[in-house]
Amino acid sequence: MSNSTRSANMVDPFDFLARYGTLIALALLIIFNIAFTRNFATMQTLNVNLTQVCTIVIVAVGMTLVIGTGGIDLSVGSLMAISGALAPMIFLGKIVPIDNIYLAVAVAMLASILVAGLFGLFNGWLVAHYRIQPIVATLVLFIAGRGIAQVMTNGNLQTFRVPEFQFIGLGRVFGIPFQVILMAAIVLVAYYVLKRTVFGRQIIAIGGNERAAELSGVAVSKVKLIVYAVSGLCAGVAGLIVIAINSSSDANLVGLGMELDAIAAVAVGGTFLSGGKATIIGTLLGAMTIQLVRYTLLANGVPDAAALVVKAAIIVLAVWIQQQGRQA
Amino acid sequence: MNRVRLIKLAGSYGVVIALILLVLFGWARYDYFLGFFNITSVLRYNAMFALVALGMCFVIMTGGIDLSVGSTAALGSVVAALASPYGAWTGLGAGVAAGLCVGLVNAGLIAGMRIMPFVATLATMLGASGVALLLADNQSVSVSYESGFTVIGQDNFLGFPIPAWIAMLAYLAGWVILNFTSTGRGILAVGGNEDASRMMGLPAGRIKFLVYLASGGLAGLAGVILASQFGAGQPIEGVGWELFAIAAVVVGGTLLTGGVGSVGATLAGVLLLGILFNVLNFENGKGWISLSAYWQSVIRGIFLLIVVIIQAKLASRVAGREH
Repeated sequence: MSNSTRSANMVDPFDFLARYGTLIALALLIIFNIAFTRNFATMQTLNVNLTQVCTIVIVAVGMTLVIGTGGIDLSVGSLMAISGALAPMIFLGKIVPIDNIYLAVAVAMLASILVAGLFGLFNGWLVAHYRIQPIVATLVLFIAGRGIAQVMTNGNLQTFRVPEFQFIGLGRVFGIPFQVILMAAIVLVAYYVLKRTVFGRQIIAIGGNERAAELSGVAVSKVKLIVYAVSGLCAGVAGLIVIAINSSSDANLVGLGMELDAIAAVAVGGTFLSGGKATIIGTLLGAMTIQLVRYTLLANGVPDAAALVVKAAIIVLAVWIQQQGRQA
Repeated sequence: MNRVRLIKLAGSYGVVIALILLVLFGWARYDYFLGFFNITSVLRYNAMFALVALGMCFVIMTGGIDLSVGSTAALGSVVAALASPYGAWTGLGAGVAAGLCVGLVNAGLIAGMRIMPFVATLATMLGASGVALLLADNQSVSVSYESGFTVIGQDNFLGFPIPAWIAMLAYLAGWVILNFTSTGRGILAVGGNEDASRMMGLPAGRIKFLVYLASGGLAGLAGVILASQFGAGQPIEGVGWELFAIAAVVVGGTLLTGGVGSVGATLAGVLLLGILFNVLNFENGKGWISLSAYWQSVIRGIFLLIVVIIQAKLASRVAGREH
């Protein structure tokens, strides 16, 4: 875009940092860890970090699209709980008994992801049709969604051992965890859609100036409906991965606080929270940076609570740098 | 101006009418609903939410948001519990001071560095929670019972729970500040149109600084009451308080876009959500239906949904008439 021509003659330090800061931070973290953290450069460390970051990235991809339109989705954690509560009920045969386990797992996965998508669509409907501010509209399902999941399961823990289902969280293809492949696929599709399709440009246009986008013929309501639905679908997928890893589903815990992790990843990655600029790769890097900071601190004996404070400082710093870059 | 007035009126009276209807319903249906014990326990328990919602109401009127109030209350409760052996007043002061510290950070980030309120307070939410966990060593901190600290949360004054007195005084002060001081009018002006109010010479930065500071202090005070009432500072309490407070403010008819708001209606919003819970508990007690605790959040969500849809419809109708 025009950004590259603007800074061709003079490199502003903030502009430079705003664009490459996350990447530089990630590189520095990796170098630091190779030098100081024991057993860092191993496949196991890579796997641990990748599997921990997967669900955050998947949810944050949907969040990036929503934030790109100038919105926000607080309900993702609750939608994860709903999808995580529904799937075991189906493949354990609590709703209708299905004899074939493969069929049961397929139905369970599709139905749970679809239900989460429909709740996302509901968010989009509130935002697009009633013009309710996104933070309030998605607050409704943030509050009610986890309650729905708890009511469905009566607050009980559902435990299971179904390898056919748990492949989504524990399986490997050519030694690579399946969830990592899933994450990569979702990131690639979202990257392509945002960068190379009309729909992607429309998302950015709405976030940049909604009125102008509407006047130039963008179907604003339709685009908003779709991005919130996609955010719901992503949350649905993430919910399944979490319960597959845990071999159990606890409606009180699945996805708790996920909205904050996802928003943090998006913000650190360089997407403007006011909309109008969105980067999927940035979100991926942002999520990885936050994860690696936490890993670095924990691996070097810093308590988790202190890691929270560091995470807070990183979010503020990243957003501040981007803001300086934007003003320059 | 006309549109703003209409929405404000509809919003404030709507919540008051709903509150009266709910109380009448409870009075007619349950024997002890308006009994002394039930009234005081509802007021005692909801006083901390009322304090947090008051701060949130001021922040939202400037067009901002404060997501850190829940963690700040948790931090306030931990600090107050740690300081409680040195006396009730020390505990109280320490808790409020902890809240003011978080408020100060928020104010600096938002008014000073001009970081979006949503991001800034999201970060301090994580930070305050981390500090609370560190200070408390990841567990709840028992308060001192000898120093009289628990009086704040558990005793009565003139037959009325002390937390309710504190909340009432805070709302009275908030009402006076909003309606009778230049700062109060400035808050609404900044929320209505920040650039315009800046050009009119209003100290927009200072006003925003003050509201975030106040919100932090009030959240700290809520934390003191929490610790005093339940006998322990609780680093993981307060999760979701910010959203409860936002819900109460929205139910009270304050627009999240800023520029409009009422302190009294926010109090009515807090009471409405609180009494809704109380009614559900009584209903469970009657044994007609048995709603688990899980239903409460579903019902609260549906309630919020109805309110925001009504608000949105009102807003669009009033806007349509104006054109």
